[in-house]
Amino acid sequence: MRGVRPAAVIALLLLLPAAVPAADRPVVRVGSKSFTESYVLAEIVAQVVEQTGEARVERKLGLGGTGIVHAALASGEIDVYPEYTGTIARAILKEPAVTTVAAMRARLRERGLVVTEPLGFQNTYALAVARSTASRLGLRTISDLRGHGRLTAAFDPGFLDRDDGWPGLRRHYGLELAGVRIMEHALAYRALAGGAVDVIDVFSTDGQLAREAVALLADDRGFFPDYAAVLLARRSFAERLPRTWAALEQRLVGRLDTATMTRLNAEADLDRRPFAAVASSFLGGGAAAGARRSPARELPALTLEHLALVGVSLLAAVVIGVPLGVLAARRRLLGQVELMGVGVLQTIPALALLAFMIPLFGIGRVPALIALALYALLPIVRNTYAGLVSLDPQLVDMAAVLGLDGWKRLAWIELPLASVTILAGIKTSAVLTVGTATLAAFIGGGGYGTLIITGLALNDAATILAGAIPAALMALAIHALFEALDRLAVPRGLRTRATATR
Amino acid sequence: MDGLRPAHRLSAVIVVSGVTKRFGGRAALDGVSLTVEAGTTHVLLGGSGSGKSTLLRLVLGLAQPDAGEVVVDGVRVTPASRAEIQRRIGYVVQEGALYPHLTAAENVALPARARGWPAERTEARVTALAGLVELERAWLDRHPAQLSGGQRQRVGLMRALALDPPVLLLDEPLGALDPITRAELQTQLVRIFRELGKTVVLVTHDVREAFVFGRTITLLEGGRVVQQGTFADLARRPATPLVTEFLRAQAPPPEMTAYL
Repeated sequence: MRGVRPAAVIALLLLLPAAVPAADRPVVRVGSKSFTESYVLAEIVAQVVEQTGEARVERKLGLGGTGIVHAALASGEIDVYPEYTGTIARAILKEPAVTTVAAMRARLRERGLVVTEPLGFQNTYALAVARSTASRLGLRTISDLRGHGRLTAAFDPGFLDRDDGWPGLRRHYGLELAGVRIMEHALAYRALAGGAVDVIDVFSTDGQLAREAVALLADDRGFFPDYAAVLLARRSFAERLPRTWAALEQRLVGRLDTATMTRLNAEADLDRRPFAAVASSFLGGGAAAGARRSPARELPALTLEHLALVGVSLLAAVVIGVPLGVLAARRRLLGQVELMGVGVLQTIPALALLAFMIPLFGIGRVPALIALALYALLPIVRNTYAGLVSLDPQLVDMAAVLGLDGWKRLAWIELPLASVTILAGIKTSAVLTVGTATLAAFIGGGGYGTLIITGLALNDAATILAGAIPAALMALAIHALFEALDRLAVPRGLRTRATATR
Repeated sequence: MDGLRPAHRLSAVIVVSGVTKRFGGRAALDGVSLTVEAGTTHVLLGGSGSGKSTLLRLVLGLAQPDAGEVVVDGVRVTPASRAEIQRRIGYVVQEGALYPHLTAAENVALPARARGWPAERTEARVTALAGLVELERAWLDRHPAQLSGGQRQRVGLMRALALDPPVLLLDEPLGALDPITRAELQTQLVRIFRELGKTVVLVTHDVREAFVFGRTITLLEGGRVVQQGTFADLARRPATPLVTEFLRAQAPPPEMTAYL
């Protein structure tokens, strides 16, 4: 059951382009993690749901990693997303010994979740070598690497650290390699093709495997755990929409072998085809074949979303932060505690703060706005406090002598005198928030970050820049806007340079 | 000097008795007593660090004495009575302490506005005060930064007089002015004090100002009263050699006087 949260209602009233639910057809919310394969699978799921016609679909794609997307499923923010058996056992159930889907299903049932049978392919770590190297040295399995100690390797940082990565693999097979370097996964293929390294770690469905002259080495001694793709869903969804659930099982379970998934990943990753087009061609629609993604078309909508994120969160931060700053200036002891609290908030990495919001407020705009507002507090509170405590004491004393009591003194004298400092704090927050708001997309908050995380997933610099450059321009525009606002909001007498006339 | 002022019923408006005020370990004021009669001008004379400004702050209730008491108009100054005391006092400080974000007129109108006067009444009062300090009304629409030091000081005085308080406290009101403006304003202040019959306490380090303004003078040094009396008392019957030294230190050398 998905209770109506008061915060969600407020957000609905606040947010400009809030979608009004069309008719009363049930909704299936499809989620995904933020990497290519997850996007493609989620898009396939979404299209199958749409084609079944029982419900309409809301796409909540690119929800960061397992932690975020699974929290979203657990709290009912999404109904279904693609997952892997190894991840379910290790990260969700935290029982690595559970390996069969049947055993997982029993345990997930207690949590109100269901899981399909495997879709067909495995996405697990694997080792790869250039095809030329493989044929020259006769390498077919990982065991074959033994005795070739002169080979060099480049491994992803994650693979190098994890016990189910290189350290465990090395022990399991008794491997020795001449040199092991750290290299981002996406760059490793180029290094391999260029002959800079001999062995790299890959995911077994990487799109590059379909295109490059690369040979996978078989895990002949069964080290890597099973990462069979499945769909993980809420039981309520499967029970509420049985026809849709049946369609998903019928059209996807056992239908996606490794070669197929690798090809789909290559279409999205290397050919830059939109996820929707890749999904639709797999499902036999064949629509929009060859069409390339066009971030330009999404920009106006994303700009509005981003502006709404920045505007609403900044407004909230001002409404909360200025009074907190005043309070801190009035009650010095409380003030120190308060400033420390706001400061600690700032030390939480923005992404972690966003993740903390999920159990409390779910995913989407509301938690993103709350996290952004909290993040924008520090400069505003601090500058309001600093502006008020550094006022000329003679001017403050004079206000008391002139008969201005607390509120009048604050509104007529202290805040106007401190306005330059306070506005500087708000300006700092605004510019920072434009940047931080790009992270909102990780919890489905929308905005320019949507392009950035899609671009990161695809290792596509153009898409990343299509999000990053407008964000930078928006930061500049907001800076300019505040310069203009300075002229309006700062009292004239504080701007006039002393033009003493005698 | 007495002959210049209208005769008033002599009654003590400000009574300071045995006041001590410490900041950290240092006594800014150490057992100071003085009495100011209604309608007279009393000068607190002393060098920097003598405690004269601190004494004004105690009279205003902006600080509390560690020992002794201050009574204004028969009411003891405490945090509780402070607001009531401040209503009877106009306060002028060096450079005026005008609010830079308000125009001169808005600065003057501030005490009236705080008490909810109707706009016409406030405006009439501002115009009348401009006449009193001989400041053209047009200047009042400017911000303090656009006024000269003398004009700012006049605006500060107007603001202190806005509610027509019986008592005026002035802390180095002429301190930041050039000699010519200073002389003009000095003459003007003497006239205004006489016309309005206010009870005035004026803080200065300038012996000449003390001579011009003060019916009675308290000479302070290191937080203690060195001598109290008229200028003639201090000059002719100095309590200690320090008094003579203080008075002479600021006198022009005789060779110079010969030229003037």
